[in-house]
Amino acid sequence: MTAKKSFPKPSELPVPAGAEGWEKIYPYYLVFQDKLKDAEDAKFWFCDSQHWPTVFKPFETIGGEFAVKCLGQYNARHLMIPNANGIEFRVHLGYLYMSPIPVPEDQIAARVPEFQARVSHYFQNWDTLLEQWKTKVRGTIDEMETLEFKPLPDMVPMDDIVSGTAKDGSEVLLENYDRLIQLAYQNWQYHFEFLNLGYIAYLDFFNFCKEVFPDIPDQSIATMVQGVDMELFRPDDELKALATLAVELGLQSHFATVPVNGADAEATLASIGAAAGGQTWLDRWAEAQDPWFNFTVGNGFYGHDKYWNEHLDIPLGYIADYIRRLDEGQTIMRPTEELIAEKDRIVEEYRELLDGDQLAAFDAKRQLAATAYPYVENHNFYIEHWTMGVFWRKVRELSRTLHGYGFWEHENDLLYLNRNEVRDALFDLVTGWGVGAPTGPIGPVYWPEVIAERKAIVDALKTARPAPALNTPPASITEPFTRMLWGITTEQVESWLGAGEEGTEGVLKGMAASPGVVEGVARVIMDSDDLAQIQQDEILVAPVTAPSWGPVFGKIKATVTDIGGMMSHAAIVCREYALPAVTGTGSASTSIVTGQRLRVDGTKGTVTILDGPNAAPQVTGPGAHSHQHPHTAPEAEDAGEPAHV
Amino acid sequence: MTLNPYIQAFDDGREPALETLGGKGASLVSMTAAGMPVPPGFVVTTSSFDAFVREAGIAEHIHSLLEGLDADDVAEVDRVSAAIREDLCRRPVPEAARQAVVEAYAGLMEACGGEVPVAVRSSATAEDLPDASFAGQQDTYLWLNGREAVTEHIRKCWASLYTSRAIIYRLKNSIPNEGLSMAVVVQKMVNARVAGVAITMNPANGDRSKLTIDASWGVGEMVVSGQVTPDNILLDKITLQVVSEHVGDKHAELVPDPATQSLVEREVPAERAGVRCLTDTELTAVAQMAKRAEKHYKCPQDIEWALDADLPDGENLLLLQSRPETVHSNGKGTAGQAPAAPAAPAAPGGFDLSSITSSLTGAGK
Repeated sequence: MTAKKSFPKPSELPVPAGAEGWEKIYPYYLVFQDKLKDAEDAKFWFCDSQHWPTVFKPFETIGGEFAVKCLGQYNARHLMIPNANGIEFRVHLGYLYMSPIPVPEDQIAARVPEFQARVSHYFQNWDTLLEQWKTKVRGTIDEMETLEFKPLPDMVPMDDIVSGTAKDGSEVLLENYDRLIQLAYQNWQYHFEFLNLGYIAYLDFFNFCKEVFPDIPDQSIATMVQGVDMELFRPDDELKALATLAVELGLQSHFATVPVNGADAEATLASIGAAAGGQTWLDRWAEAQDPWFNFTVGNGFYGHDKYWNEHLDIPLGYIADYIRRLDEGQTIMRPTEELIAEKDRIVEEYRELLDGDQLAAFDAKRQLAATAYPYVENHNFYIEHWTMGVFWRKVRELSRTLHGYGFWEHENDLLYLNRNEVRDALFDLVTGWGVGAPTGPIGPVYWPEVIAERKAIVDALKTARPAPALNTPPASITEPFTRMLWGITTEQVESWLGAGEEGTEGVLKGMAASPGVVEGVARVIMDSDDLAQIQQDEILVAPVTAPSWGPVFGKIKATVTDIGGMMSHAAIVCREYALPAVTGTGSASTSIVTGQRLRVDGTKGTVTILDGPNAAPQVTGPGAHSHQHPHTAPEAEDAGEPAHV
Repeated sequence: MTLNPYIQAFDDGREPALETLGGKGASLVSMTAAGMPVPPGFVVTTSSFDAFVREAGIAEHIHSLLEGLDADDVAEVDRVSAAIREDLCRRPVPEAARQAVVEAYAGLMEACGGEVPVAVRSSATAEDLPDASFAGQQDTYLWLNGREAVTEHIRKCWASLYTSRAIIYRLKNSIPNEGLSMAVVVQKMVNARVAGVAITMNPANGDRSKLTIDASWGVGEMVVSGQVTPDNILLDKITLQVVSEHVGDKHAELVPDPATQSLVEREVPAERAGVRCLTDTELTAVAQMAKRAEKHYKCPQDIEWALDADLPDGENLLLLQSRPETVHSNGKGTAGQAPAAPAAPAAPGGFDLSSITSSLTGAGK
């Protein structure tokens, strides 16, 4: 492929009209610095639009900051990974860019004994440590739930006078805010306690497989270690169980009018409660909610993410859809037994090719990876869904309280402040309130104007998609976590650089993330709020998917994403649901439009547009579609379509 | 299905009994049963021959002619041979046995979507036994059209039991004529639309977790002899995922010409030459068949296969030959070699820290 050698420098990317001065809405340490220009331009940065597909509002950088910082600390400070430190990150034009930090050659050897001691401790005590992890994480969540952000009283209660408390209660507001941030930080530290280890065990098995079975597809390796029954799928399984129970109890009619995502939850639940057998169902419904409805249709990183337990219409809509499918005679449960049988077959057939020491090594490495790997998925429920669900709920509570004091026009406008500015606003509030200032705090005259400016900037930033990467990539990308987690491989980077220059028109190349070939009609979903639009047997096309989209996976024929590797959520969920998936296409969501016919080849990693704009030229012959060249579709960046509002 | 003693279709589910099917017939039936679909056909069993020689009065005649025959009296042997073969080609076949062949042939033609050429081959009951190979085993008649030609050549196969060479061979080796019988195979001629070879390993490095397929248009001979650049596809043998593929030029193809009963070479038009000649479904089917052959024969196989233009989709993949892969099978391939690095002591808990470490220090790169 004749391609460019470099991605644009940060300074070369155009600032969308209306977004001038965007740097000021983020903390200084998150944006590229003029005084560091040479050093920062010398590094290769890739955009993580897998986790952060849309522009950060200032407060929302907290997720990116905590996640990537804590990922890095486990490489660089806890586990002393010999060749990899953490990942530097910056926000540029609203999107998050990352640059992995290698360990200097001459320091690698010295880290080895430390690394071995630390890693072996974890691998030898995996089960007990993981049990301990769950307790720690639960403790954080429980404490977070206790934090309150109530308006301040008109006067200090008499009881506090009598007891000599000698504080006005504002310190609780300040402390609770600081505590909320600290608790979020705490669970993000815990988040990575096992994650990097899961990847290490996986990579070890991965490398071994690539050595004894040259060119073994990544998919085969993933299948051999992936858990089939995982906690991450539990929320969806609960909905299926509830749908099944509703059918058993003959309650279908109460769901018949529930349109997906449009249900009046209260009315539906009331009518179920009044029906014969309804209470049995409601008891089961209540039981499922804690904790499994702490589940977001987003990915936990945005303030606008909706959680099932706060939007009961969402799970009710999914249940109604499952009931409809049950009544049509469809099977809604995942083909768990088939998946286990197929996994066993695959493991056994590879084992049969080995003997002696090699077989012993294969078994040991696969066992370790299979033990460690399920964490890589399951943690997601505890942190991204449960912890962050509580976190954002508390943030909204605080935002409402400040809104009540006139700090801003809309209830959730706190998201336009960064988290340190929120501390300022809180001190402003307790001061204005504490001194009894007749006009109250200053915020109400200061923030609305600032927020209006920032909203305009965020909206302007949203009109541009991020560049896939910045500056000149290294000759080869070897850093293991970058390859695995983000799918940033040498080939991927080359494909991005070659985008639009050469290749077969109408064919998008991505990762062969879940096998199988299907044809069907595309449904492009840019926002999880639009999930209800998906019709039976369509092909889901999205910048990225969230694991919580489980209920739609039973309905669709295949998935295509812009971002993500073999281990991205879309890939894992599709393998779980036995659906073809092509991930990391770079531009599927912007080059495909809803209604186009697609051929998704999850075995080869290609998506062919069969009709309409950008369609592939017609080629005849039985295998005509089967030999397209790697390519990322042209015209990816022209739309300027906001990805997510 | 009423199972007729005179006829056994390859796929009618009966045991591949050597004594009634002969060596070739039994082999074709057992391959079909093992999921290795040979070109479809049926065996005219030894019961058919036995009934014929018994009911047509041939048995006594043969016995009397062979009585006291001197193996060194070539002229007399030739005379006896001619007389017996005359009998076998002329005397009426018992109605039940004849009707069985007529019906089986009609059924085969129907399955092939109309009348297509067949091959008729002798299938002697002892011919494949290692110590008793005898003359007459090679009787094979290709490109036969129509029932008359088929029945005529079945008789020719029967008659081949009594060629002069066969008679002399038995006399000299003291093989009795009693119980001598012959089965005959009637099999569709392959009309290859696409054909090629498959090897149940990566021949480039002996990696047994892969499977290689070469495929081109028409009959497979041009692939085998290297006259065309075929499509070359490397698959993971366990999951059948395509690992790499190269679409060959496939500029020419050999196709059967029933009129001249031979293969003719012709140019492949560009729109077919430049595209892969196997669909994904066909590719998977070829790979699965190769895997079955490997499993059946318990060692890596090198197979020849074809997609038949006359047979319906799903039944058109045919196995033409399967033989052990010999280049790599004797030495150990990649999977099976000792690891390059010395085996490291496993840490407690059953994991090998040294390999984890080496992969994270660049030492493993």
